[in-house]
Amino acid sequence: MENMVNIYLFGKKYSVPENLTIMCAMEYAGYQLVRGCGCRNGFCGACATIYRIKGETELKSCLACQTKVEEGMYIATLPFFPLVKQVYDLNKVTPSETIMMQLYPEIYACVGCNACTKSCTQDLNVMQYIAYAQRGDFEKCAEESFDCVMCGVCSSRCPAGISHPQVAMLARRINGKYLAPKCGHLEDRVQEINNGTFTELIEALMQKPIEEIKELYNNRDIEK
Amino acid sequence: MYSEKFQKSLAAVEAAREANIALEPRRMTAQEKTDLLAAYHPDYKQDEFEVLQIGPNKGDKVPKELAKTLQAHSRITPESVDLNSPDYDVDVLVIGGGGAGASAAIEADEAGANVMIVTKLRIGDANTMMAEGGIQAADKPNDSPAIHFVDAFGGGHFAAKRELLQRLVCEAPEAIQWLSELGVEFDKTEDGTMVTTHGGGTSRKRMHAAKDYSGAEIMRTLRDEVLNRGIPVVDFTAAIELILDENGNAAGAVLMNMETKELLVARAKTVIIATGGAGRMHYQGFPTSNHYGATADGLVLGYRAGAKLLYAETLQYHPTGAAYPEQIFGALVTEKVRSLGAKLINVNGEAFMHPLETRDVSAASIIRECSTRGNGVETDNGTAVWLDTPMIEKIGGEGTIEKRIPAMMRMFGKYGIDIRKEPILVYPTLHYQNGGLDITRDGMTTNVKNLFVAGEAVGGIHGKNRLMGNSLLDIIVFGRIAGKSAGETCKNVTVGKLTLDHINAFEKEIVDAGIETDAVSPKLLPDYTRKVNA
Repeated sequence: MENMVNIYLFGKKYSVPENLTIMCAMEYAGYQLVRGCGCRNGFCGACATIYRIKGETELKSCLACQTKVEEGMYIATLPFFPLVKQVYDLNKVTPSETIMMQLYPEIYACVGCNACTKSCTQDLNVMQYIAYAQRGDFEKCAEESFDCVMCGVCSSRCPAGISHPQVAMLARRINGKYLAPKCGHLEDRVQEINNGTFTELIEALMQKPIEEIKELYNNRDIEK
Repeated sequence: MYSEKFQKSLAAVEAAREANIALEPRRMTAQEKTDLLAAYHPDYKQDEFEVLQIGPNKGDKVPKELAKTLQAHSRITPESVDLNSPDYDVDVLVIGGGGAGASAAIEADEAGANVMIVTKLRIGDANTMMAEGGIQAADKPNDSPAIHFVDAFGGGHFAAKRELLQRLVCEAPEAIQWLSELGVEFDKTEDGTMVTTHGGGTSRKRMHAAKDYSGAEIMRTLRDEVLNRGIPVVDFTAAIELILDENGNAAGAVLMNMETKELLVARAKTVIIATGGAGRMHYQGFPTSNHYGATADGLVLGYRAGAKLLYAETLQYHPTGAAYPEQIFGALVTEKVRSLGAKLINVNGEAFMHPLETRDVSAASIIRECSTRGNGVETDNGTAVWLDTPMIEKIGGEGTIEKRIPAMMRMFGKYGIDIRKEPILVYPTLHYQNGGLDITRDGMTTNVKNLFVAGEAVGGIHGKNRLMGNSLLDIIVFGRIAGKSAGETCKNVTVGKLTLDHINAFEKEIVDAGIETDAVSPKLLPDYTRKVNA
């Protein structure tokens, strides 16, 4: 017999096997999920969840697909959170802090409570990456926020109304487009292809009998 | 934190680690691979397949579960839908909000078309988001699109449609450039050189990555761009049937609100199916690395409207799905773990194969090790082999794992396994639908006009097996192709009278063939609820 624990889904008590994730526990209880379930692997941020263990005061947050149930867990899912996503044309953006002031001025109202960091389901230093965004250090903001799955829990806890994941998204795109070093060999290769450098080679492969391509394939020189 | 029962085998793995790092296991010969696949690969288990009795691929074998859903009843009767006052009327209707759908929508928008995305969950809820390892492109001086072509063609058992593969490899560098311009952060050295690695079956290091969040980084960027462009995204709304016009051309779709079940009609001059894969069909009972919504919907929609499938009998089982702990059973362990140097090790501590054979060969080899050879490690969910992750730190230096595969470190870390110090247990997991709808080099289906397909729902780009890093590439290249083609095509389309007659015709085929089924499709979502009253 499996060991069971008692959990409370939106306040209602269910007894579920202790080895399940919160998501699987909901399904075990009978929920056919539409909301709050996405990749089931910790990448998409669909299953943001808040919970409190009976008898404790601390409010915790997690991804339901990545977290095991515990005895006395009071669970509420947060399948949607109204983040503010500002619209912009990346081609017209200048990579300085001005853009943050224009699009996400609320980041300058951060009170330094660190609730965002404490609540992050990916254990990121959220307040720190917002600090980088404030001073226009997009490279550091991008690096610090890279593992963000945009679940929105940080924003739900923010007294200043900051949409942290969207701020970080902007910083990463600016960094990727404008600040990261340009890739010379990539530009060269695109140019070569456009100039038809490889056309003859490829055309030859298009016509080659299968047996000849098999020969080529089975005798490839493989880079160490 | 492995329990007592794993300790003996773990000790053997640790004892052999230094020697196994130094060892370069022999690659298999072509004949050895052929024999191995025939004996152990799930695609070769004849009793797991069924012959289609109706539809454009009548007579072809496909997995049983797919046959059932392809030959199932529609969710609607044509009479229950009013086609005369469409709720949406657009130039380009994109079905699916993953990487292919988003790329297509951006290009259609760029072409000046009025484009809309419908998706049954949220935009970005897709296998793209979960692709970890990387994206291929032959952009290094020692590489070329021709070498990429040979690698992919051979890896796919020489079955790819060459005109599709040609576009895939020749447009790869431009795809990387396009993504970079959109702000995707690829791993680069300080001088801008792309950090690239091998994948299984590659002969050059051409795997570009964004740590091990490659797909997530691409997907969130594309999503942001779709939203910036103001492209409408109708979420939590599934396409449940295609609509044709009186000329037999694709002309829209019947939509269903996933929460309220309300039916809606979208009329469109062109339709792009970008619905992704089928891992949640759990072929042959395999666990899957796929997204919750990967249920082969696009294949069903297309098939019922008369579009042909190609290679629907070939599935990809990713060699390294997580086999332990059970909470992440079937989850993807990126191939990049092996690219970075980790080897596959059996219960006795032996490196039983070269870690970078193609995926089908690697999966079959692991299944052989765990079955007839009896060299698997017993877990609560079956047997598995070790993937010796600590090798990565020894080869690449301390900190390599945290820098290059942080998602893997986090995933196992949550269950008390520090992959820098301890190996992990893996077994093949259902990962990718090699086959799909048959398309021309412009992305249109070969036999339904104005119906385009992009991404995992396409068949023929890769042949019968796909190399790592060629699917993130394919969703971008063929997503863009479909978007551009549909965006141009729609300018010369006049939609005729809308019809759902094909549903009745298909229903008649079911009856005439004597198929008795209570299944309805598309499936839309798997059902994992515990059946207390069943």
